[in-house]
Amino acid sequence: MTHDWREHVPRLENLARTLGLDWSPVIFEAVPDSFMTEIAVYGLPVRMPHWSFGARYIYQLVQRHMGYSRLFEVVFPGNPGHAYLASSNGIADNILVTAHVLGHADFSKNNLLFRRCQEQGSEHIVEHAASHARQIERDIETYGQSAVERVLDAALSLEQYIDHDQALRREHYPEYVASSKLRVDDVFRTRFTALDAGVCAASESRNIRAHLPPHPERDLLWFIATYAPEMESWERDIFLAVREESFYFYPVYATQIMNEGWASYWHARLLREADFIPQAAYLDAIKCHSDVVRPIAAGEKSSLAVNPYHLGFSLWEDIVKRWGIDAARQIRREDDDFSFLRNHLTLDLATDMGLFRYQREQNGQVKVVSGEIEALREGLLIDKYNFGAPRVSVIEVRSDGTLVLQHDTQLDGRGLDVERTRKVLQYVKSVWRRPVLLKTVDAASQPVEVSADSAAAA
Amino acid sequence: MNTESTGPERPTISGWYELFSRGSRDWLRHSEKIRAAVREHLPQIVAGSDIINDGARTVQVPVRMLEHYRFRLRADDEQTGVGQGKAKPGDVLGQENAEGGPGQKGSGGRERGGTDLMLEFKVDEIIDWLWEDLQLPNLQPRAGPSEELEWKREGWDRRGARSRLDRRRSLKESVKRRSLDPGSPAFIDEDLRYRQLTRRHQPAVRAAVFFLLDVSASMTERDRQLAKTFFFWVAAGLRREYQALDIVFIAHTTDAWEFSEADFFKVTGSGGTVASVGFAKVREIMQARCNPSNCNVYLFYASDGDNAADDQVQARSELEGIAKLSRYSGYVEISPSAARSTTTEMFQLFQEVAATGVPSGRFAITGPDDITAAVRHFFAAESQAAQIDPQAIAP
Repeated sequence: MTHDWREHVPRLENLARTLGLDWSPVIFEAVPDSFMTEIAVYGLPVRMPHWSFGARYIYQLVQRHMGYSRLFEVVFPGNPGHAYLASSNGIADNILVTAHVLGHADFSKNNLLFRRCQEQGSEHIVEHAASHARQIERDIETYGQSAVERVLDAALSLEQYIDHDQALRREHYPEYVASSKLRVDDVFRTRFTALDAGVCAASESRNIRAHLPPHPERDLLWFIATYAPEMESWERDIFLAVREESFYFYPVYATQIMNEGWASYWHARLLREADFIPQAAYLDAIKCHSDVVRPIAAGEKSSLAVNPYHLGFSLWEDIVKRWGIDAARQIRREDDDFSFLRNHLTLDLATDMGLFRYQREQNGQVKVVSGEIEALREGLLIDKYNFGAPRVSVIEVRSDGTLVLQHDTQLDGRGLDVERTRKVLQYVKSVWRRPVLLKTVDAASQPVEVSADSAAAA
Repeated sequence: MNTESTGPERPTISGWYELFSRGSRDWLRHSEKIRAAVREHLPQIVAGSDIINDGARTVQVPVRMLEHYRFRLRADDEQTGVGQGKAKPGDVLGQENAEGGPGQKGSGGRERGGTDLMLEFKVDEIIDWLWEDLQLPNLQPRAGPSEELEWKREGWDRRGARSRLDRRRSLKESVKRRSLDPGSPAFIDEDLRYRQLTRRHQPAVRAAVFFLLDVSASMTERDRQLAKTFFFWVAAGLRREYQALDIVFIAHTTDAWEFSEADFFKVTGSGGTVASVGFAKVREIMQARCNPSNCNVYLFYASDGDNAADDQVQARSELEGIAKLSRYSGYVEISPSAARSTTTEMFQLFQEVAATGVPSGRFAITGPDDITAAVRHFFAAESQAAQIDPQAIAP
């Protein structure tokens, strides 16, 4: 028997095809662990340089060193897709991982949220991100490290603030709106209109300058890149580069449970049905599978986090058992994690899995609380809105150029951390180049305005 | 399983991925930023007085990882979450350290908390930062008999010691020769160039700095430590800046002694304070060892400000005598609060001496964080102009 897992790739692909998986071609590459660590930190194989990645990199390195986490594979959807496998994987690991990757590839080709973002350009995100990185490195040569870093500090701190319901390439807002009130009620106007139709038409179409933005705008990266009064064009490009990468990250983030569950379901199934895998490798692969979808660390009775692999895998198994594989395919096409959990996580399943809600009290005590299934689902989803970031939108650009941001305190339930907010506003101010302020609420739920310069003022 | 076995088709690919080091590059940038940030906390590092006693060449400074700020919800008193396992409502799953909890929500644990690092700084590095743009006040070159001869590099020759072979220059010669005569050997003896040394007269800049420390009983252990920390950084900085420099270490109570540098930083004492004895010792050594007419003399005196009541007149005349011969005399008062300093005997004494028009300065150290400011006060070039001496003009 050969020692190369690559031998198994075409066989697994054939099997997957007969089982009805449908994917764009995937390029498999084995890469060193150090490169895997970088992918985990940067989220993309080649991405722009920034010191914050360096801090995360060291953290990851330490984690890996202490054996806390191990990364088998990372797959980047696209046409072709790219799958990076850790070169330290054993042959059994890689058989499992190949099957897993095929599940991901089927998911990302067919899921509608993924498809919409792919059509916006993230089909080639690996290449685009590398070209952004290159451009930014050139900018560093031209404008200097600190100037570029200042822009990246701002852009990356707003990384989560995109509007994925809008197109990647957006038009400007209309600059003028037709005046809604045409005063034809007074006597003079009525007589004037009667005089000459041409003259009056000209005066009727009098436009007024539109309020900017016309509605609260949550695509902060786009808004700043488009409407900042004095931004250099290379600075705008950096904002738009970060935004494009966030467009790629959104579906990955918002379907994580489904996607990992779907890939785990398929790797388990492909493994079961593949008759060409040697016995020893099969056993190792099954063991690896059970490690991946294990809900709780060995020796523990309970865990305060839910393993998304386990959660998604259990849900898909349940769905296939109850509704059949075709229904499952439709769900994989149409849902994201929000609808997936809300529609398909039943009380029975949650009870079987032993899911519970807990409360961490002021004294640090962690207490299990009873909860309805709705509360449980929302508890699982709470970190998934908007990449888990607080909801902030632009509500106004004042005539002096002041950028006014509004935090949605109603939906988020409480105000922002004022000190961090001020730091972020300082980043933003350095590219907006006019005053920047943000409205949120304080601990007593009283409205406060935070600005880049001063302490919070009522 | 191994990457080598992927070799036949793409033999270089795994080696190629080994070349990626973006993570390390960005980590280096992060460290650079941290060092710059730590530099702003120089006073706290300088105040760490264990440097003096251990003779260590490096200082460990705990730092936090830099945070790249994002919008975050304020910490909530009560956090809820979803877990999994065998647990029923009402169970208590143990005590969590309150720290890791709040503020982590929203980021879903992807962001690290404030991880502590220990960064090591070389003492030399700290001196670099501390002594940036600092100098001895009113230093004057004094020509005369003590002018020094120094070896200087000057010019090139075809002969010389092997160790002074100038490779760059020799290569140039070789290139020139070969462009005229292609095909000739790469190097011949005529190509070789050696750096030459000549003796040059250097105007001597001689300086003697007197550190005078009050170690009487009224100086508490803390006060002495502060004064010694001040002297440590001044000595370290001056040594770096000036080659020909004598530093004289003197401690006094009702008597005065000269110490070696190592002993000076360990000295303790008890008894009363008679400042004039200390000043007399300074004068004695000054007269014995250096001629003020070709030597820049400096005095730095550290005390808690108290002096024996019957010694004031004597101390004043001694101090005036030294101050006239000195380029600068500085007084560091170690006081528990800034308010007290102007009222002590010694502070007033230095004030009166300054009023006579000799260059002099005073600074009150109230805590470890003032040491950096004190060093800057006496040695910063820009403050020296203003320092000589406001009271002399407007008493």
